[in-house]
Amino acid sequence: MGDKVRKVSYIQAVNEVLRQEMERDSSVIVMGEDVAGGGGRPDKKDAWGGPMRLTKGLIFEFGENRVRDTPISEAGFIGAGVGAAATGLRPVVELMYVGFLGVCADQIFNNAAKMHYMFGGKVKMPLTIMTATGAGLNNAAQHSETVYSVFTHYPGLKCVVPSGPYTAKGLYASAIRDDDPVIIFNNRPAMGLRSDDHVPEEPYTIPIGKASISVEGTDITLIGIGYTTRLCMEAAEELESDGYSVEVIDLLSISPLDTETILESVRKTRKVVIVDEDYPRCNVASDISALVAEEAFDYLDAPPKRVTPPHTSVPYSRALEAHWIPNKDKVVSAARQVLE
Amino acid sequence: MTLTTSGIDSKVLISMFRTMITIRRFEEQSKREADSGKLRGLHSSIGQEAVPTGMCAHLGDKDFIFGTHRSHHHCIAKGVDLRQMMAELLGKSTGTNKGKGGTMHIADIDKGMLGANGVVGSNIPVSIGAALSAQVLGTDHVSVVFFGDGAANQGALHEALNLAAIWKLPAIFVCENNRYAESTPFEYAVAGGSVANRAAGYDIPGVLVDGQSVLDMYEVSGEAVGRARAGEGPTLIEAQTYRYHGHFGADNPLAYRTEEEEEHYKEKDCIKRLTDYLVENAIATTEELDKLDQEAVESVAEAAKFANDSPFPNPEELFDDVYSDYPKGALVAGMQLDGLPDPGLVTPPSS
Ligand SMILES: Cc1ncc(C[n+]2csc(CCOP(=O)(O)OP(=O)(O)O)c2C)c(N)n1
Repeated sequence: MGDKVRKVSYIQAVNEVLRQEMERDSSVIVMGEDVAGGGGRPDKKDAWGGPMRLTKGLIFEFGENRVRDTPISEAGFIGAGVGAAATGLRPVVELMYVGFLGVCADQIFNNAAKMHYMFGGKVKMPLTIMTATGAGLNNAAQHSETVYSVFTHYPGLKCVVPSGPYTAKGLYASAIRDDDPVIIFNNRPAMGLRSDDHVPEEPYTIPIGKASISVEGTDITLIGIGYTTRLCMEAAEELESDGYSVEVIDLLSISPLDTETILESVRKTRKVVIVDEDYPRCNVASDISALVAEEAFDYLDAPPKRVTPPHTSVPYSRALEAHWIPNKDKVVSAARQVLE
Repeated sequence: MTLTTSGIDSKVLISMFRTMITIRRFEEQSKREADSGKLRGLHSSIGQEAVPTGMCAHLGDKDFIFGTHRSHHHCIAKGVDLRQMMAELLGKSTGTNKGKGGTMHIADIDKGMLGANGVVGSNIPVSIGAALSAQVLGTDHVSVVFFGDGAANQGALHEALNLAAIWKLPAIFVCENNRYAESTPFEYAVAGGSVANRAAGYDIPGVLVDGQSVLDMYEVSGEAVGRARAGEGPTLIEAQTYRYHGHFGADNPLAYRTEEEEEHYKEKDCIKRLTDYLVENAIATTEELDKLDQEAVESVAEAAKFANDSPFPNPEELFDDVYSDYPKGALVAGMQLDGLPDPGLVTPPSS
């Protein structure tokens, strides 16, 4: 690739795809707290450009009609996103942190997820919700959660977790063009990490519901979700220096789940470790573990293994949080247990 | 009891001065700790000291208060120990919450501080629950919730106001209107241009007060607390104030407001105004007030030393307090307990 590699940050990639999708389709609008910022002050427009700076500059190109700062009223504006999606818009709504889900859960679970089904398919719900997840920044129990499983549990919602700038751009484009409600989880620590991804400038999509194989191998499968795919890649490097051939699956979509890619890989390597930052009970890793046990039992050389945090809220103290969160060493140690 | 022109006992005035200067010195120290990388996510309360100070001067340890993500001033005004607070900010085991909560979640039930809360508006319904307890148990305790102008747009406030009004709960709602919710100006986000006016819809008193005047804050709070204790129901207070710093540590507030505006509010600084009042009315001399300031500086320095010298929690403490009673094995199911990494933190030697 050489000089052809176009490196942009995760935040720039999301910003770029939002801009491109808004240019492409005038029904795409963006709403959320401080998505522009400085609300109502012409001289202070775009004071923030989003709490994570994902929407920086959009208001200058698309105006206040399509880029809307909202009051702190998640039930109100996410509900409005549902209604707008049902009536001709493609709203992209920001729920600042996934921990605030509780404020607007009714709108997401009872309306966004169910309307298409409940109304006999007569209403479309092209709503995109983007939200921030992830521990590791000493933000304590309410600002550090992942809770993928709560969303994947609901029929009707699609859930995607980009692992870097390249997958972010492609998955956002697909989510916005999708006629079903899609939740996109942005991991905060990962948003700040450097990435070597090549991110083409021209628009592209990555299909929702397809996992990607980051590296091929034959001895063990490591399955990552977003940020934990990075941990799997780091662990793979270490295990490879010990002579193991490691396959890493970057899940990308957690609903729908790409069961085919998972099962094919596990049938080949006969061993699997799933790395999920969500709470351990009833999480995506358990779901995959059950899938593998039910559908590939005869191929397995060892029981599937999950690497997750413990069943506790996220502690504030960095001394405790460092133990709470999955990391490369935990993945390597789990993989060794399965391999040996 | 020495009544002053304000009608307030001079001892109360001095005590409120002490509280406000302690808050300011504490917040200056927390900023220094944050700047040196020891904590993240600090929301400074500098500028807003008078609001909880004037209110909490009427409250005892059995009255409850509830806070927000920006709550150090609430905690100090309610009498929470500075050493334990600072230790909590640094994530130490000696903190108010044993290092589990941090800057956005300080709680101390013995002092009637039922928790700072990081979810905007989330504490408002909880606060009327404490008022419900008081009503059912027949005590004369009151419950006070502090929340921002941004929180005034959460449905939770409206549900709680209505409940408190129909049940005549001993609940007090204090909106600290510091003009901004992150970068969003109050006048953009709050329809009708007033939070206090929203009380009218529930037929309860709605009071607008200069929240940078601790004397005004004290007076308005006294009336609300008196009504609540007498079983006359809730009050909604909108205290107009200003946060001097950005929304959080790294935020540059000039992206959404002007220096002139900042100057305008800083001229009405609550500590400066109380100082002038005390000196002009010969209630205290400048030297006496300087001495109180010096004492505040010293107790904050002592708190910082205590916090810095305290140990981090032991890794096993991760599993404490998830439930009152639960098998520990079930907490760690699915987790790799072996091969725990060294988090790279050194517990300082206690000196
Ligand atoms: C439900 C919820 N939505 C959004 C946020 C993110 N957030 C944290 S503080 C804040 C602004 C709060 O403004 P205000 O209530 O006026 O309090 P202030 O920060 O001015 O003290 C926002 C939007 C949150 N913590 N909780």
